[in-house]
Amino acid sequence: MTKHAIDGSASPTGHASRRRFLTGTLAGGLVAAGGSEAFAQGRKKKPIGPNPDNQPPNVPDWSKTLGDGVADHPYGKPSKYEAHVVRRDVEWLTASRQSSVNFTPLHELDGIITPNGLCFERHHGGTADINPFDHRLIVHGMVDKPLIFSMDDIKRFPRYNRVYFLECAANSGMEWRGAQLNGCQFTHGMVHNVMYTGVRLRDVLEEAGIKAGAKWLQVEGADSAGMNRSLPMQKALDDCLLAFKMNGEALRTEQGYPLRLVVPGWEGNLWVKWIRRIEVGDMPWQAREETSKYTDLMADGRSRRFTFAMDAKSVVTNPSPEAPLKVKGRNIITGLAWSGRGKVTRVDVTLDGGRNWQEARIDGPVFDRSLTRFYVDFDWQGQELLVQSRAHDETGYVQPSKVELRKVRGVNSIYHNNGIQTWLVRANGETENVEIS
Amino acid sequence: MSRYPRLALAAALICICLPLANAGAGKLGLGREAKPEEIKAWDIDVRPDGQGLPPGKGTVAQGEPIFQEQCASCHGEFGEGKDRWPVLAGGHGSLTHDRPEKTVGSFWPDASTVFDYVKRAMPFGNAQSLTDDQLYAVTAYILNLNDIIKDTTFELNQSNLASIKMPNKGGFYDDDREQTEKHFWGAKACMKDCKAETKVLNRARMLDVTPDAKTGPRVD
Repeated sequence: MTKHAIDGSASPTGHASRRRFLTGTLAGGLVAAGGSEAFAQGRKKKPIGPNPDNQPPNVPDWSKTLGDGVADHPYGKPSKYEAHVVRRDVEWLTASRQSSVNFTPLHELDGIITPNGLCFERHHGGTADINPFDHRLIVHGMVDKPLIFSMDDIKRFPRYNRVYFLECAANSGMEWRGAQLNGCQFTHGMVHNVMYTGVRLRDVLEEAGIKAGAKWLQVEGADSAGMNRSLPMQKALDDCLLAFKMNGEALRTEQGYPLRLVVPGWEGNLWVKWIRRIEVGDMPWQAREETSKYTDLMADGRSRRFTFAMDAKSVVTNPSPEAPLKVKGRNIITGLAWSGRGKVTRVDVTLDGGRNWQEARIDGPVFDRSLTRFYVDFDWQGQELLVQSRAHDETGYVQPSKVELRKVRGVNSIYHNNGIQTWLVRANGETENVEIS
Repeated sequence: MSRYPRLALAAALICICLPLANAGAGKLGLGREAKPEEIKAWDIDVRPDGQGLPPGKGTVAQGEPIFQEQCASCHGEFGEGKDRWPVLAGGHGSLTHDRPEKTVGSFWPDASTVFDYVKRAMPFGNAQSLTDDQLYAVTAYILNLNDIIKDTTFELNQSNLASIKMPNKGGFYDDDREQTEKHFWGAKACMKDCKAETKVLNRARMLDVTPDAKTGPRVD
């Protein structure tokens, strides 16, 4: 077993950092079990817990006095009691906070849509803070007429609304050699699910006119990393969007404001944020992010490249290390399933480490290449559980175990780890990331 | 307020230009023709076949002081990587090892990628600040650190960069999951009495079985 760093990097003080990190997670889990408390990156906040003065037969203050008026919060925020629901990062994973990643708190969410402020972030040179009046998209290369678009121009193309998940290819990448990060947010939180409003990339390309022989696009961001990838023309013409809204409002700065590429079902790195340029060509560019990174090193020392599609995957988000079981009796197991190749058709859940499985109840909309919510309602008598979930998609793909995945891919591929996750729930409800036989 | 006069001027210019360069080639008439100087200023990419390489030149020897001044504080004097910053050199033959070291020399398939990436994204926090001559020189120096260019007087330029042979050029193949992982499709999903017993093999919390982060693979 080894510890995986997520950036070109490994911690010089790995052991101490890791100990700090794991201690923090553990403390958070235990506190959460006892009530609800916020902790963020080791900075403890004042605990918020129950207060009998507010409970029957007493009448709480909020029932007696006037609250804030309509002018107090022009842009609403979550309740202060939800302050612990935040993106978190793992400091030792990367050398800097600008070329780094944070994670969606999956265990705090329900339904299928990820709130804009909780969508995980992955930047290569920090966020670009772009004035939309100055933003330009240039389309050039093998086109009849190179074009330049303002945001107003882009918004005059026909618009489409689609819900898609975006998963970083490195999601669960730290788990290839065994259970490492003790939290669902950290093992699976590099995924989010958003309704995008945008225009078809196809329409924009056809406006410039695609020349015969054009097979690839280089898509490039306006950030200080100039994030660039090669995208096959076929995919560009099929279903990609240039999006300017997420969940109804403008893209968040950290998600590519004012314009990002949406590449349904494919690894997140291709979804170029702050997109400024599309060059049409006849071969891939072999950019750093599709050669040095985002290629999958196999056991024989060779590497798969252009592994674009995200394989079907699922995870139980509750219970999980940050969301232990609190009481015996009626409980709800819930989680998320997704596939980069189509709709999720079924999710199986086991409570005994894979000896017996049951079909979970899927609820909420099931969209093509979108997160899909599942539930298992069950009675817990305090017995130890080994909880797993297994996703099926409409192409017939069945999510493999980590053992099966390693048989093909070895342990050094970093990316595309879609193996089945196991949580050990102890008799006291405490939940832990484990691997089982 | 000062913005408006300029906007008005811009609008006037657009109005003059419109009849000449009317919008897109497509049926919607959206956008306007990009001017050659606009494209040139933003078109910074370089392909393995050399397309996109700007005029310029630089030697290994010229690259050394630039590297030491601009790059070594993160990547180390010899490209060995400081703290958690990427290692650029070494790792030859390590790709099948338990601890692969993926560097420019051991892993990157194309020399053009070094030029392309350094030009667009480096130095970290001061992107697009090196001149094209400096980029050729730094690229030559990084290739020298990896023993790919051995002669320190070697001059890398627009016409020879694409001919540099990288050691791991043949180490990549296109996604073959639909063939090599075909058994994941239509796999039998056992539902009852699937195995006799289950053992916990490893736990995230067992700190002593998780070795030091320094030896882990990298994801950035």
